[in-house]
Amino acid sequence: MRTADDEVDTLRDLLSGAEAGSTPLLPLLQAVKQRVGHVSPGAIRMVAQALNLSRAEVHGVVSFYGDLREAPVGRHVVQVCMAEACQSVGCRALMRHAAQALGVSAGTTTSDGRVHLEAVYCLGNCALGPAVRIGDRVHGAVTPARFDALIAQLGGTA
Amino acid sequence: MLFLPADTGAVSVGADDVAAAIEACSISQALDVRIVRTGSRGAYWLEPLLEVATPAGRIGFANLSAGDVPALFAAGVPTGAHPSCLGLVDALPWLRQQQRLTFARAGIIDPLSLSDYRDTGGLAGLERARALAPQAIIHEVVASGLRGRGGAAFPAGLKWQTVHDTPAAVRYVVCNADEGDSGTFADRLLIEADPMQLIEGMAIAARAVGAAQGFIYLRSEYPLAARTLDRALHVAREAGVLGDGFDIAVRLGGGAYICGEETALLESLEGRRGVVRAKPPLPAREGLFGQPTVINNVLTFAAVTEVLARGGAAYAGHGVDRSRGTMPFQLAGNVTRGGLVEVPFGITVRALVEGFGGGCASGRPMKAVQVGGPLGAYLPESQWDAPLAYESMAAIGAMLGHGGVVVFDDTADMGEQAQFAMEFCAHESCGKCTPCRIGSTRGAEVIGRLRRGESVAASRALLDDLCETMELGSLCALGGLTPMPVRSVLRYFGHELVPAMPAPLGEEVPA
Repeated sequence: MRTADDEVDTLRDLLSGAEAGSTPLLPLLQAVKQRVGHVSPGAIRMVAQALNLSRAEVHGVVSFYGDLREAPVGRHVVQVCMAEACQSVGCRALMRHAAQALGVSAGTTTSDGRVHLEAVYCLGNCALGPAVRIGDRVHGAVTPARFDALIAQLGGTA
Repeated sequence: MLFLPADTGAVSVGADDVAAAIEACSISQALDVRIVRTGSRGAYWLEPLLEVATPAGRIGFANLSAGDVPALFAAGVPTGAHPSCLGLVDALPWLRQQQRLTFARAGIIDPLSLSDYRDTGGLAGLERARALAPQAIIHEVVASGLRGRGGAAFPAGLKWQTVHDTPAAVRYVVCNADEGDSGTFADRLLIEADPMQLIEGMAIAARAVGAAQGFIYLRSEYPLAARTLDRALHVAREAGVLGDGFDIAVRLGGGAYICGEETALLESLEGRRGVVRAKPPLPAREGLFGQPTVINNVLTFAAVTEVLARGGAAYAGHGVDRSRGTMPFQLAGNVTRGGLVEVPFGITVRALVEGFGGGCASGRPMKAVQVGGPLGAYLPESQWDAPLAYESMAAIGAMLGHGGVVVFDDTADMGEQAQFAMEFCAHESCGKCTPCRIGSTRGAEVIGRLRRGESVAASRALLDDLCETMELGSLCALGGLTPMPVRSVLRYFGHELVPAMPAPLGEEVPA
């Protein structure tokens, strides 16, 4: 489990190379999310200070992009593609199954913190839908049974 | 020699597991095999597709799973006589009937091998460009008739000319690789199968306009493509394809569809929210960091290599009307033989979805085909004989967009699809202009009322009004084109949206 101190150290590390005006904000925030898992209000404050931007400006960027989030979510992010190509092969039913199997609704995390379920709009696997992304891995032609198997393979409870 | 794709699509249905099983098999049987991990040929209906080099050519084994491997390799490396054997892959009608210019190497070469790339004609365009004056390069692109493949279809040569002619100390080349439309995957396929072609195309553009720095803005939904691209750029730098006066950096998007719009993309590259800019000024005059910028889609840059290698006139020899060259159509959704189909413009919807696609994967009748992504029209069977080209699609109130073609069977609820179009716009709107920001939310509500049969006549009138406001008043194509799928459902499937809706619904086509 990552502690707040770890987070501050990671941020200091990332920001040490960053200077006002010379480091692009979005890649820096993506790096923070990559290393810490989210971009906390504290991180926003530190990034703003380091890049000589207002906190509102950094917060505006964090809140705009779906990939960035201000609070931690589950250990495994499970994205079900809900765009048209996947709709035509039953992603709506797959999402209903996923929500029921995990006991959550889209956009929320299981109570044990293990899985965060979310809708995503196009994973680019449109000829092999329904598509599901878990971590950096995309799975194609996912049936409810295959979905359950993929979830069962994820590491144990938190 | 064995060839097995490492493409997202192939891996999504088990290609990595097949590779591991083959390796295990080759160790236990002491076989001398080497697996080259290629990109995909785009025949996704055959993935995972293993190809084995034989004196006659590569023979294919389709839809393999790891469990098939021991039996397949029981008598050594397979050369036929297995139920999954397709014979020579190049002889498959599905591939033979295509005319691949941009995707000629996809699935055939090792994407990271510059010698493979060169041996199959790669770098010829850049070498020729290096021998030409910048203006002469632009003349070739103008002569090719190449239009931006990202959807807006702006003539590429004209854009490059404007960047070339705009006085500035610094100019940029930006690749829009934020392919967010559902039903499209050609950019991803190209990057994973043949990334050198994109790099070469951008290097040609840089030479034509005098740019020293390029950026590829790649959507974060494509982690595998991002890895391939990073490695390819490294290879290109080591070999001197890049680095001599021009380099390319990759930036990942943040999961925002609107950043596929070119001005929103530039805002995002500059580190801000991806909010669209009012045009003019055009990015060709004031683009990235206020400097003249060539911003083109992946497939446009890729096509440029072919234009330079064989000449603009040869490229213009393909296609119809002002839709020149070939178009990589992406056949997706509920379709038997889905994948990438590169053919000259002008193929009909029916030839694509029935001929190449083989109808619905579900085995049920096809009902609607959405062409051009989430902002494109849903076409009923009566429109499937329309040729797929910019002008002919516009003539029936549809658009080609990025070439995505999504098939729906007769179980599709078209009212739900119309409502989704508005919901998607509401979800993805950047919020800068009112018609898109508020109109999309109201649109979803009104369609919801229509579907429930509430105040049908008034809701219908309101929806028409709203669509018109969004079309005319939005700053960019997201708000401006969201009414297209909605209107197509009203026009062709109106009885489904609301059974009680008064007919006729008007056959008018937006100008």
